[in-house]
Order: sequence, then structure tokens, then C-alpha cells
Amino acid sequence: MKILVAIKRVVDHNVRIRVRPDGTGVETSGVRLSMNPFCKHAVEAAVQLSEAGHGDEVVVVSIGPKTANDVILTALAMGAHRGILIETDAALETLAIAKLLAKVVAEENPDIVLLGKQAVDDDSNHVGQMLAALTNRPQATFASEIKVVGQGVEVTREVDSGRETLSLPLPAIVTADLRLNTPRNAALPMVMKARSKPLAARPAAEFGVDLAPRLVVEKISPPPERVAGKTVDSVAELAAFIAADVSNMEAL
Amino acid sequence: MSVLVLADHDRGALSPATARVVGAVSELGPVDVLVVADDPSAIAQSASTLSGVAKVLTAKGSSLADGLETLLSTLTVRYHYVVASAGSVGKDVMPRLAAKLDLMPVTDIIAIRGPNSFDRPIYAGNAIQTVTDNQLRHVLTIRASAFRPAASGNAAPIEALDNPVASAANLIATHRTESDTPDLATAQIVVGGGVALGSAENFQLIEKLAKKLGAAIGATRAAVDAGYAPNDWQVGQTGKIIAPDLYIAIGISGALQHLAGIQGAKKIVAINTDPEAPLVKLADVALIGDLFEIIPQLIAELDRLGLKR
Ligand SMILES: Cc1cc2nc3c(=O)[nH]c(=O)nc-3n(C[C@@H](O)[C@H](O)[C@H](O)COP(=O)(O)OP(=O)(O)OC[C@H]3O[C@@H](n4cnc5c(N)ncnc54)[C@H](O)[C@@H]3O)c2cc1C
Ligand SMILES: Cc1cc2nc3c(=O)[nH]c(=O)nc-3n(C[C@H](O)[C@H](O)[C@H](O)COP(=O)(O)OP(=O)(O)OC[C@H]3O[C@@H](n4cnc5c(N)ncnc54)[C@H](O)[C@@H]3O)c2cc1C
Repeated sequence: MKILVAIKRVVDHNVRIRVRPDGTGVETSGVRLSMNPFCKHAVEAAVQLSEAGHGDEVVVVSIGPKTANDVILTALAMGAHRGILIETDAALETLAIAKLLAKVVAEENPDIVLLGKQAVDDDSNHVGQMLAALTNRPQATFASEIKVVGQGVEVTREVDSGRETLSLPLPAIVTADLRLNTPRNAALPMVMKARSKPLAARPAAEFGVDLAPRLVVEKISPPPERVAGKTVDSVAELAAFIAADVSNMEAL
Repeated sequence: MSVLVLADHDRGALSPATARVVGAVSELGPVDVLVVADDPSAIAQSASTLSGVAKVLTAKGSSLADGLETLLSTLTVRYHYVVASAGSVGKDVMPRLAAKLDLMPVTDIIAIRGPNSFDRPIYAGNAIQTVTDNQLRHVLTIRASAFRPAASGNAAPIEALDNPVASAANLIATHRTESDTPDLATAQIVVGGGVALGSAENFQLIEKLAKKLGAAIGATRAAVDAGYAPNDWQVGQTGKIIAPDLYIAIGISGALQHLAGIQGAKKIVAINTDPEAPLVKLADVALIGDLFEIIPQLIAELDRLGLKR
């Protein structure tokens, strides 16, 4: 079985971002970048499946600038076998990303494609579902458990009402939620070994996909600021505030 | 400009989110609502009462993404907008539908500025993106909590479709959280607990206060990961987005991923031992102290004030 994992390099989730005053975007220069946390869970899931004898090869792919190499190296150090960097300096929309990934799926023909459920920068939560449509494969998004059963997989998903378990025939697309596993920190020898694993860099233009954006981003603005509040000294004061607020609420 | 809204439902009843989605998009044009369920009739009945609804369409089947995608893509030709809430079904199916139609979706919309202009949050709500969508057709998801529900009193006609809704996947088990608290995503009051509660038993303190206030219950990822609360109570970037009139955050530090879920709250109350916790700084009203002492006293005090919901 072959597993493909799509990983994205994003502004580190611990960084408190700043919106540029001119409304053109978010300040990303000089900011720490790392692998999207959800993608880390996807890589970990793929490596665990492979270690359990279900994956002969784990291939990771990232779309981005040359520097996105470092998240591929992280994934290789975690145990993936081979990397593909699709190089572009353009900020691509999710549809273009999914189309590029669909080309990789056509070339590699993986049994399972794992993605993060969302990227923490744009928070789109699109790419896995789009890739599933473009490759005409069944999908299980927001996975918190993946089991290989017979010729298919059983995936438990986190949904609004709790959890549900789907069984899917392969090939299929799965997107990872945070409770899927605990991603490993690669030990130094693995980091060294990662450098000798195969990593192909290919320009995005080579894939013959229309990458032009469909949406126009007019501006990026900061969210409305909250007015500063106060600290009360007693439970009685707090209760009085809550009771007053509740009695002022509109009945819905 | 016609609009098709995919209804949300749970346990045979229309979800409160759908009234808000209809409320949000009815200014865009006449709204048809599509109900896909094993037994859609009661759900369709509720949807038909929403004002702004021209027609309710029903189809029998499950809410799995590939099946819904096939059905929606055949219906789409008749509409300018295809819309769902940004709940777990909408998030699952709408990007899939969009890619099938070779469209870029606009998701998690918190404001509609015009027929093709929308606001959506990025970076866990720390920035708001305004986008113009000049595509011929629009595939949208709406953050229900950001909009007011449509009024009721309508009696739109209901039409059954005979399209089969088939999926390559099979739903083999559901694990739901049984509780009689209000729907978290649309609740007017939410009481949230953090990892400071220390155990699932202690978390019942949060549930007790919530019951007193007729509130829904929220939790942090840390509390869910620790097993103190079920996953569908998680509030934040990866959990539910809430916009209650009042949010009471107890033993919650206020990590930015948690704050992403509560930016729409009108009033925030924090109870925390740490006066420097980000949530304390952000709150309208904070009380510094030990939650294990404060919650029982607070419940008693609210009783004394005769608070009833
Ligand atoms: C300066 C700048 C300008 C931008 N301008 C625009 C714009 O004009 N219009 C617009 O729509 N967007 C714009 N974007 C955002 C756009 O580039 C998004 O990164 C892209 O749409 C992907 O969205 P997402 O990561 O939220 O996808 P999600 O759907 O949230 O990602 C889910 C999963 O898909 C996979 N994935 C996503 N991206 C990649 C990738 N690059 N390589 C490999 N796997 C991936 C990962 O597994 C990820 O976990 C801009 C971004 C920047 C930094
Ligand atoms: C990609 C990503 C996505 C995430 N998504 C989410 C999400 O959706 N939702 C979410 O909540 N988190 C999310 N997180 C996790 C988030 O970063 C925090 O770890 C989490 O919110 C912290 O939970 P907490 O406030 O319960 O715990 P802590 O941060 O440990 O805070 C506990 C608080 O309780 C206070 N306290 C301790 N004892 C008492 C007492 N006796 N009485 C009163 N107060 C007390 C402490 O002072 C402290 O402020 C995400 C993280 C990542 C990386």
C-alpha cells in the first residue's frame, strides 16, 4: 500500500500574527514558519500505518517556495520515505492546490491520501475535500482514528454531534484532526538520515494546471477590538452582573 | 438571483443553524431549502415555516459528502448560490461540490457585504479577509452564529425529489454525547470549562452552573484531550465557533486557538486564579480565585437572586 501525505508550511501556531496597517495582508517576514500542526498529525498517521505493515511507501508533497523544503525534511525525519516539492512563489488558492495534488495522485496512484483538516493560516478546510472530488474518491474528513480493515479503512470522524465511524473502500482521502495521534519529535539520527532520502523539486508550471486565482482579496483587516473590562472582588458582585445580563437578554 | 440552502438536522429535527443561514442569505434572493435525510418530512415541515423560503426540496439518503455532492451538483444549474452552514456537514461537502463544479468556494462567512462580497476570518480570527467572488455561481458556507435567525410563520410548499443519494462510504457507527443542554453553536449563554477542572467528575460543576443558567456547555481542547469533556463541546479554532450573549469561561487560560471560537461573544466573564491569564485580560468582568470555591457560591448566589431560565 502506498500513502501520499500533503503538508503545508505555515506561520507557526504559537506566533501571534499582526495585520499589516495597509490592509494588504498579514506580516509574515521574519516570522517563524513550521509544518501546519494538522499536517503533522497526517504524517504521523501515515508513518504509523506504514510501521504497522500497511504502507510500503509514504510519500510527502508540499506546494510552496523553495524554503518549504524544511517541512518536507521534517516529515522525512518523522519516517516518510520520499518527498516532492512543487515549487511556486505564488500564493495559490485551495482549488489550485487541489488540482496540483490531483496531478500528483494521478502520477503516484496512492491507496490513501492523508491531509490536514485545515491549515492554521488560512483556515480554509478545503483541500482534502476538493482533492476527493477531483479524483472521484470517497472521503473521511476530521479523522480521530484510522484502522485498516480488510480491503478498506474504518475512520472515526469528529462531527458536530460527537463522533461517527465510516467504512470506506480504497483508494480514499482522509483528513486529520488533532486527536488522531501524538506526532513524534524526530531524533537527531533520523534528522540526519532525512537528508539522504529522495526529494524531487519540480516547478508548479510543469503540471499544466491553471493556477490563476478566482477570488479577489480586497483587504485584510484586524478583528474589532474588545473594550477593556474590570475585575470584581466578590462572588456577589459577579452574580449580580450575570443576573443583570441575563435579565437584559432578548428572548430568542 | 436564486439561492439553494442545504439544511442541517440532527435526530430528525431541523438544526437552529439553518434558520440563521436562511436569515443570512434571504437578501440575496428567494431561498429553496434542501433536506436530505432518511426521513425528511418533519425536518422539511420546520424548514417550510422559515420566512424567505420559497420551496423546500426533500431527498432520502445519508449526509455523506460524495452522495450530497452528486445530488447538489445536479441541482446547482438552477441556482446562483449554493449555501450551507459551516457545520460539520457543510465543511465536509461544500468544498467538494465547489471543486466538482470547478469553482472556488467562499467559506465560513461572517458578513455579507453585497451579492458577491463576503468577509471571512483567517489566522484563527486574528484577521478578517474581505473577498470579491466574480465567478458565475457561488458556493458558500456561513458561520451561523454570526447571523440572526429568519422569522417563522411561512408555509412554503414541499416537493420530494426522487434522486437517489448514494455514497461509496458507509456509516457504521455513531457515538453521540447525550445531553439535554442547548445547541452550543447557537446558544445564548455558554459556560466553558478548562483543564483546570481536573477530572470528568469535577467537570460536572460546569454542567451544574450551565443547567442553572439554561446554558450550553463548552470546553477547551486541553479539557477534551484530558477526557474531562466530549469532543463536540470543544470551542475554538478546531472546535465550535460560538457567539452567545454571555460566555462564562472557568479555569481557561485563553490560548489564541480558544479565543478564535469566542470572538463573537457579546459579554465575557472569566473565573481564574491567574490575574494575568489572557482571558482575564479580555473579559468584561473577571473574578480572580479558585473555581472550586467560586462555582458553588455562585450557584447559591444566583439562587438567592431568584434567577430562573
Ligand atoms: C501573501 C498571501 C496572499 C494570498 N492571497 C490569496 C488570494 O488572493 N486568494 C486566496 O484564496 N488565497 C490567498 N492566500 C491563501 C492561499 O495561498 C492559501 O494558502 C491556500 O488557499 C490554501 O489554503 P489553506 O491552507 O487554508 O487550505 P486548507 O484546505 O485549510 O488545507 C488543508 C490541507 O491541505 C493541504 N495543503 C494545503 N495547502 C498545501 C500546500 N501548499 N502544499 C501541500 N499541501 C497543502 C495540507 O494537508 C493542509 O493541512 C494568500 C496567502 C498568502 C500568504
Ligand atoms: C492547531 C491547534 C489548534 C487548537 N485548537 C484549539 C481549540 O479549538 N480550542 C481550544 O480550546 N484549544 C485549542 N488548542 C489548544 C490551545 O492552544 C490551548 O492549549 C488550550 O486552549 C488550553 O486549554 P486550557 O485553557 O483549559 O488550559 P491551560 O492553558 O492550562 O489553562 C488553565 C487555566 O486555568 C487556570 N486555573 C488553574 N487552576 C484554577 C483554579 N483552581 N481555579 C480557577 N482557575 C484555575 C490557570 O490559571 C490557567 O489560566 C489548539 C492548539 C493547536 C496547536
